[in-house]
Amino acid sequence: MNKSLILHFRPKMVDARALRFSMTFGLGGMALVLVFILFFTGLLLKFYYLPFPEKAHDSILYIRNSVLFGAFIRNIHFWSANFLIVITFLHFLRVFFTSAFHQPRGVNWIIGLGLLIIVLSFNFTGYLLPWDQLSFWAVTICTGMLEYIPLTGKWLQSMTRGGLEVGAPTLSIFFAAHTALLPGAMIILLPFHFWRVRKAGGIALSEIIDGDKEKYRVKAIPYLLLREVVTALVLIALILILSIIFDAPTGDKANPGLSPNPSKAPWYFMGFQEILLHIHPFFAVCIIPVIILIFLLVLPFIKYVSNSKGVWFISGRGKKSAFFSFILALVLSIIVVITDEFIPDFSAMLPGIPMLVSNGLIPCFIMALAFAIFYFLLNKIYRPDRNENVQAVFVFIFSVFITFMITGIWFRGSSMKLVWPWLLAG
Amino acid sequence: MADTDNKEKSNLQPSRRSFLNTIWAALGILAALELIFMVFTYLGRKKPGAQKEQSERLIDAGIIDKYPVGSVTANIMGKFYLCRMEDGGFIALSSKCTHLGCTVPWDDKGKRFICPCHGSSFDISGAVISSPAPRPLDMYPVHIENNTIIVDTGKLLKRNEFLKTQLVYTKKVSK
Repeated sequence: MNKSLILHFRPKMVDARALRFSMTFGLGGMALVLVFILFFTGLLLKFYYLPFPEKAHDSILYIRNSVLFGAFIRNIHFWSANFLIVITFLHFLRVFFTSAFHQPRGVNWIIGLGLLIIVLSFNFTGYLLPWDQLSFWAVTICTGMLEYIPLTGKWLQSMTRGGLEVGAPTLSIFFAAHTALLPGAMIILLPFHFWRVRKAGGIALSEIIDGDKEKYRVKAIPYLLLREVVTALVLIALILILSIIFDAPTGDKANPGLSPNPSKAPWYFMGFQEILLHIHPFFAVCIIPVIILIFLLVLPFIKYVSNSKGVWFISGRGKKSAFFSFILALVLSIIVVITDEFIPDFSAMLPGIPMLVSNGLIPCFIMALAFAIFYFLLNKIYRPDRNENVQAVFVFIFSVFITFMITGIWFRGSSMKLVWPWLLAG
Repeated sequence: MADTDNKEKSNLQPSRRSFLNTIWAALGILAALELIFMVFTYLGRKKPGAQKEQSERLIDAGIIDKYPVGSVTANIMGKFYLCRMEDGGFIALSSKCTHLGCTVPWDDKGKRFICPCHGSSFDISGAVISSPAPRPLDMYPVHIENNTIIVDTGKLLKRNEFLKTQLVYTKKVSK
């Protein structure tokens, strides 16, 4: 009976090549395990947590100090949540770099993007719940970003905050989203995501040119099941060890009159906060994210010249051009961060011109120019085909984003000035 | 089958059935729109406490002599700074940074407001010294009656630049 239950979720026979760990690194499965852990620990936390500004912080302290295993359960929830972001993002990269978003998996790529946004929203709404200084100001900054979205920004902001400022209504909205709205959305989208994988005939693999496919077929039980269970157990062990050693942070109770210095967004949004330091908010929170989102949404629907499914980085030339993009993006974004620190910004150099132009259009024009030069060099040196070109552009965009994120997390100290990470602590 | 027969017929001329189906679909869409409208209206409701009472809004900041020229005084209750310029003019500045809403502290040594979140700075009049803040600090209307300063915290005024006319003076300008 157990066997037949498992076979409801897994096919009877699978391709042996899909079982190689370096094909998928088990990332999708890990994400699912973390979702289960989060649902379970979240449910337990809900028995004690109180979503009111006067009580929230105290109830967290109560869970931590007075409830048996309270701190442990909360630590597991904290570590799983942070792992889930990393694992989901790596899963997204794996799918991209093995060309697993090509048709017929286009729709599933988009469902996956939806799930990525849900995971981020889960983390962001959960971030506010402890109601300490860190969470209060991070949410103030992030919901402050919404104001710069044209037309709907003000409305969106007052909908998420439930008023003009972050306060009691915000906490109850975030709690409702975190514990009802988002879990509901996830429960609907996750099975859809898995069903589409089955529908596409399992994970993306390269096509077998000669010989018969049946040669590669092995039974899902025990071969697939064993690997999945081992991956899950190792992951759970890791989470438990981390939760025993490192406590989830609890800061001072939120004080709306005092912003700590520096006030930072949650780590996974630090890339945006870093962009905000350099560019007018309208471009940083609206134009640039929209361009990236459109790029990701159209990816599966581009006509690709070769079938690179299941092959990491497409080809030898694909690897080289991707590495070139990575290095160039790294160097360029470090140059941007350092020059902006030491030279006066454009609005100071060009007084009298509206800031939208001096701090927005001009830096964006420079960025577009840098991108054009990158694209020109890429095509001059490597002559990549369309698959490799798309990959190089993707690598360029995400390398800039990740460099910015790392700068924001580890290299920004008091008043968001550049510092070395070892001087940051304390 | 009867179904395919119907389909073939409806291809030739619109049948009563297809007309009714269209009506049903339209009604369904209408009902869905109504539901969406209702949900958003419900969620967008004015939360209690969003609108302050008149007595809470008007804050008595005391007599003018309390504020020396060139000083910045934080008013905790109203979440604003009362600044007195070198020429004696008053301005009440919101303590929220115009960039993303962090609370900006006054740095008395450097004579400027510095935002801890993204490092924007503003001078005593609220004007931007360094970006990323896109506009000067917002202000509240100041009234001076019988040498007493009253700030209306119910009315937040946004501005794109600092103008002399934004300052409020006593009737007799001290020289």
